[in-house]
Amino acid sequence: MHDIVEDFEIAPAPAAAETAHFRRAAQNAFPFIVVGALWEAVAHLGLFPAQFFPSLEAVAAVFARLTLNGALPHHAFDTLVRLTAGFALAAVVGVAIGILMGRSRRAEDILLPLVSIGAPIPGLAYAPLFLLWFGPGNVPAVVLVAFVSAFPIIYNSWTGVKAVKDIWVRSAQAMGADHRRMFRHVILPGALPYILTGLRLGLAQAWRILVAVEMLAAVPWGLGWLIFGAQEFLNTDVMLAGIAVIAVIGLTLEKLVFQPLEAFTVVRWGMMT
Amino acid sequence: MTTDGAKPRRYQSLRRGAITLLVVAAIYQAVAHSGYFAPALMPSLGDVARTLVDSIFDGSILEHAGATLYRVLVGFGFAVAVGLPLGVMMGRFRPVENFVMPLTSALMPIPSLAWVPVFILWFGLGNTVTILIVFYAALFPMLLNTWSGVRSVNPIWLRAAGAMGANERALFWKVIIPGASPFIIAGLRQSFLRAWIAVIGAEMLAASDWGLGWVIFDAKEFLNTDVMLASLIVIGCIGFFTERLVFGSIERATIYRWGMARTAKG
Repeated sequence: MHDIVEDFEIAPAPAAAETAHFRRAAQNAFPFIVVGALWEAVAHLGLFPAQFFPSLEAVAAVFARLTLNGALPHHAFDTLVRLTAGFALAAVVGVAIGILMGRSRRAEDILLPLVSIGAPIPGLAYAPLFLLWFGPGNVPAVVLVAFVSAFPIIYNSWTGVKAVKDIWVRSAQAMGADHRRMFRHVILPGALPYILTGLRLGLAQAWRILVAVEMLAAVPWGLGWLIFGAQEFLNTDVMLAGIAVIAVIGLTLEKLVFQPLEAFTVVRWGMMT
Repeated sequence: MTTDGAKPRRYQSLRRGAITLLVVAAIYQAVAHSGYFAPALMPSLGDVARTLVDSIFDGSILEHAGATLYRVLVGFGFAVAVGLPLGVMMGRFRPVENFVMPLTSALMPIPSLAWVPVFILWFGLGNTVTILIVFYAALFPMLLNTWSGVRSVNPIWLRAAGAMGANERALFWKVIIPGASPFIIAGLRQSFLRAWIAVIGAEMLAASDWGLGWVIFDAKEFLNTDVMLASLIVIGCIGFFTERLVFGSIERATIYRWGMARTAKG
């Protein structure tokens, strides 16, 4: 009797947690089930030709086939390599330019007109120009991605350096900090939340534009090209499988890169952007 | 004292900025004239200016700009018409939020332009595809900003209004909407920015025969780099104009005046 009571007291906690967890999962899954069922109903009613509106099991079959024969991973890998290369280029150049603009009035005066002329033009508008100048393929794709994602990075790094409190700079000076120490221990930590925000925005921008760039630049591999190429053959199922992979990569970026970055800066520095 | 100090400084900035632009233009001009690159790939600034003026006078660039603006405004208008009420409902009613939020977080990371080939197959080339892409691009920032705006309305205001006997309608128009407006305006601005990028890309990929994006892409086929650069200038001017003048003045007239300024970028 006594044992049973004790068991009873311990048992509910994990069970309740599990139920809550399960309920949340069910709650999140519910809209997808509704939309999926609607999609299936439309696909099977035959309102549209199956070629244009494939059922979900057809898309899943194509997805499995392309994953097993290695085509889909190859496309995804090339897209990720381009994203990383373009973004890395933008991060290095953008942060350097932004900090320079924040630190030196001369650099600010010289670079600001160029940045403010370049920034309001949507990056994709440059795509044909870059294709003419660099020829089709990887070079214009990476350069364009870098070019587009550099603007938010430059802008935020610049703002960040300028937002470093004057009083910190002056007190560091009064305590005899030289230029290097000032930069490493005052300017850089002070500007870091802004710089990280800039990097996050730059990466999001790069991701949004990369797929379209791949369609335009006629690269041999890449998710954008996969989708665009499938259009020629009316392979809607291939396109939807490609979009599913794009969604998974985008979600992963969101969960593994953006949200931790944001939490990191907001929590550690106690600031909101 | 301060004005005396600020004035020469501002002149110095302006002078340096002007010198930069002149130097960059001169370098470009020198490279263009050196013949190192074919003139078809790198036209001189004079040629670009002439093309721009010509296309303004014969009206062609204006018609292209008109087509682009039409698409972007219709798509953006639909996005606001759907995103704003839906966002408010998500902020006010739990079940709506529980239903829409998972779908939004699954669809949002997909770049709008990835849908272009699918939409072309479904709707054919033309305005429908472009407008739908613009709608897709502009919807999510609008939706999420409205949602977080409504949720961020200070609960004390709600309770105070309730205690003073405000009914649901007064609560909505007098408390929730003004309280959420900084977020809503930030959402409008962000949505338009996304829409503007999306319309250019969509026009390149799903081109019919009008639109600034289409002009640039079409000019590539004929190596008309001067046309491309002239259209780029027009695109930049429109983007700059809407961003600074339209949204800038909306912000000044509303949230700055109400003293609710907040840095919302992106």
